[in-house]
Amino acid sequence: MRLATMLRLRLRSLLLRGRVDRELDEELRYHVEREIEARVAAGLTPEAARRAAWREAAGLQQRKEECRDMRGLNPIDTVVHDVRFALRQLRKSPVFTSTAVITLALGLCASVAIFAFVDAALIRPLPYQRPARLVGVFERVAAYPRSNLSYPDYLDWKRLNTVFSSLAAYQRASLALATPEGARLGAGARVSDDFFRTLGIVPALGRDFRPGEDGPGAPAIVILSDAIWRSRYGGRADAIGQTVTLSGAPAVIVGVLPADAQFAPVGSADYWVPFRPSSPCDLRRSCHGIYGVARLKDGVSVQAAAADMSAIAARLERQYPDSNRGQGAAIVPLTDVIVGDVRPILLVLLGGAGLLLLIATVNVASLLLVRSESRKREMAVRSALGASTWRVVWQFVTEGVVLVAIAAAIGLAGARVAIQLLVKLIPADMMARMTFLRGLGFNARVAGFALAVVAIAAVLFALTPMVHLAWANGREALTHGDRGAVGTTWRRLGTKLVIAELAMAMVLLVGGALLTKSLYRVLQVDPGLQPDHLVSLGISVPRTKYKTDEQTVRIARSILDGVETLPGVTTAGLTSRPPLEGGNTVWIRVAGRPYHGEHNEVDYREVSAGYFEALGARFVAGRDFSHADDPSHPPVVVVNEAFVRTYFANEPALGQHLLYASNATQPPLEIIGIVADVKESALDSATPPAVYTAFPQDPTNGFTLFVRAAQADAILPTLVETVRRLDPDLSTFAARSMDTAIDQSPAVYLRRSAAWLVGGFAVLAWVLSVVGLYGVVAYSAGQRTREIGVRMALGAQRGSVYRLVLREAGALTLIGVVVGVACAVGAGSLLGDLLFGVTSRDIPTLAAVAAVLCVSALLASFVPARRAASINPVQALRGE
Amino acid sequence: MSKPTDLVQGTLDLLILKIIALEPMHGWAIAQRIRQMSGDILQVGQSALYPSLHKLEQHGWIRSEWAVSENNRRAKYYTLTKAGRTALGREAAQWERLAGAISAIVRTVS
Repeated sequence: MRLATMLRLRLRSLLLRGRVDRELDEELRYHVEREIEARVAAGLTPEAARRAAWREAAGLQQRKEECRDMRGLNPIDTVVHDVRFALRQLRKSPVFTSTAVITLALGLCASVAIFAFVDAALIRPLPYQRPARLVGVFERVAAYPRSNLSYPDYLDWKRLNTVFSSLAAYQRASLALATPEGARLGAGARVSDDFFRTLGIVPALGRDFRPGEDGPGAPAIVILSDAIWRSRYGGRADAIGQTVTLSGAPAVIVGVLPADAQFAPVGSADYWVPFRPSSPCDLRRSCHGIYGVARLKDGVSVQAAAADMSAIAARLERQYPDSNRGQGAAIVPLTDVIVGDVRPILLVLLGGAGLLLLIATVNVASLLLVRSESRKREMAVRSALGASTWRVVWQFVTEGVVLVAIAAAIGLAGARVAIQLLVKLIPADMMARMTFLRGLGFNARVAGFALAVVAIAAVLFALTPMVHLAWANGREALTHGDRGAVGTTWRRLGTKLVIAELAMAMVLLVGGALLTKSLYRVLQVDPGLQPDHLVSLGISVPRTKYKTDEQTVRIARSILDGVETLPGVTTAGLTSRPPLEGGNTVWIRVAGRPYHGEHNEVDYREVSAGYFEALGARFVAGRDFSHADDPSHPPVVVVNEAFVRTYFANEPALGQHLLYASNATQPPLEIIGIVADVKESALDSATPPAVYTAFPQDPTNGFTLFVRAAQADAILPTLVETVRRLDPDLSTFAARSMDTAIDQSPAVYLRRSAAWLVGGFAVLAWVLSVVGLYGVVAYSAGQRTREIGVRMALGAQRGSVYRLVLREAGALTLIGVVVGVACAVGAGSLLGDLLFGVTSRDIPTLAAVAAVLCVSALLASFVPARRAASINPVQALRGE
Repeated sequence: MSKPTDLVQGTLDLLILKIIALEPMHGWAIAQRIRQMSGDILQVGQSALYPSLHKLEQHGWIRSEWAVSENNRRAKYYTLTKAGRTALGREAAQWERLAGAISAIVRTVS
């Protein structure tokens, strides 16, 4: 009961402060009036009575204050009061406040934004049932540790294994979608019937594929993504049962996936069709086109599964030596398959952002130290006037917390914006491959991370001045003014903080510089083609309409002829796979050489006459393809220099003949030309040996058109239009200039974004650490004003004063840089594969960064040095 | 007027509790009653009275409410609560013991 009453009264005096005060006023006035009346009744004149009564009530205001005090010091009231006071204090020194807030907000913004990406990619579990039990299943050959499976191998692995509760297959597939405006390319995937069951995805509408529906002859059906169901079918339930024409054949819609269903390895696929093997490649054991994903049986480890699969692979090797020689098995956790590529760069960025946050924190902490130092006297006065130590300390804690709260509000708002901005900067087709980023945002984990960082910062900033105050002896502060032992102690701690800051800035600067240099080196790699004035356009020819090779060759030729007559076009050619993207491989053998079934795996592309000319590739020997190299002429092949180095190191290659290892019936191909290496795979990888066959002799219904034109960007819409005019059923995709293709290739893009972000962090860290150094040097010079005054009075020259200050700054910088170099070399090696053509021990980089840091540090300390040198000795001595 | 006699620390609370135990009263009346009952020896100024009243209220020993006073004006009336009655008994007994002890010493010495 009593507790309730007290609570009510306290709340009343807190919340209804105005009313309580008014009532108190009224109560006291009533008392005075009664007093006056009593005096008048006793015979005084009203005027005298009034004066007497008011005299007695002297200091009414103080009475009220006492009454308020008697109501008890309300804890909430104290906090409100302290926060108000803290805000007033912070407002009083705007430079300190804005520096601290901006510094901290930047650090928070960077680390929280990057953490959101790390969370989406690395921390959040994949959206499947018990994702830790899922593994990617690959074949392993010498050149490719994770290569595709062939369908017959997949079936055998599925049948023979004892370690998976299910083993599903998937393959990216571009499907030509019939629309009223002609064919459009739809992103699709071919999967085995148990694919969704393996992952644990259940269609939101309709049904899953049933066992047996992926077999050869099963009816054509399709499951839609949620996105395409909403955009093309208006999200209506009656979409189930409708037919959609995919690559010329009607398929019945049987299901719709949930909105959050995703599988990054096939990108954002909209049409999921059962495998239904039909093409020659599907049936050939040597044609590798699919990937496996499997669920481990309970209690089976990844290693055990790998051992079992390797045993099966070895068995198949013995059984089918022609096709399976050297084919092992590779089992890796599905998370590695999906986010393995982005993990290193994300961790590097998180490390960079973390260092920046650390520097920011250290900087603000040292700012707070300087501030508490300069307020020592104020604190001492307060203590002397009776404020309890606890009360004084509490005031500092409040200030620290208020500071962090303001910075957190700004920093977190900034982080939200930064996340959006960073997402917008990711190219669309790269984003499609990173479906795991769909869940990116300010979720509970990101908020938790932010809260933890903010809490640590708050505790740290609350503690910093407290530690400092603990050293301070109130009386000493009053008597000694601003000098004494405390100043020295602070100087020691402050200098250590600055050294740490400089070292961390050095690490970030070196990291940024190494990444920039790697980017530069990657861009310097000779792609073997001239990217300027070069554009490409993907074209898919529907097999249902162009059934024979002759028809495909004819339409390809019409496209080339049509394009070459366009104004501004110099040359045009086409290839089965564009450069930089890797591609298909084939096993070859050299005619006339002993052959024991070894797998001479080489990159393989079908290209037309004019292709190499359009690229601007250079011929080393022999001739390019001509339109005469058609099926009526002997089969010919062009090889690259890497091929010659590998297979014809000691004899001339021109005129030699090659055979496909897996297809003994095909006539031998004559090597007619040697082209300088074109980067067929990523810019940062070695060019593999490659063979190019003549398109008319070996056509394919999906190819990329390359056109050299006077105005690259302007020609793209015309190209699409020209192709469509020839036949609206031809679908086009990936229209872009070669410059764009290079810029957006992972080798360049990942390094560029890493270089930009880490570089940005580094520049901020650099500025912060130099400002930190300036603070320490300026403070220390300020402390020595009197000493410098004495020196100058005794005849010291300005130069020697400069030396005095600069020597201290120089020593700090030097230690910081030396520590930083050691750390940077270590940290640089963590960059791993992101480095290209440069190592973390790169002397020029280290030297340049150290020089930049030293020069900027000296410039920063020059300002306080000049101030110290221009001290008037008389004033300095009198001033204290 | 002569300077009011200083009250022994804490005794004002006891006096207030005792006075309003008889009937609810406003601040001025309490001061008057103390003076009358003490034969003009004890004079309580506002500076002591009101903080004390507010403290007692905060303790939950007295309760206040606005009511119309004898001269037809609004005044704040203080009433003893149940907890206040218990406290009064305790404080009074305490005072008796203390006063008895002090007088015993004073008499012996003189």
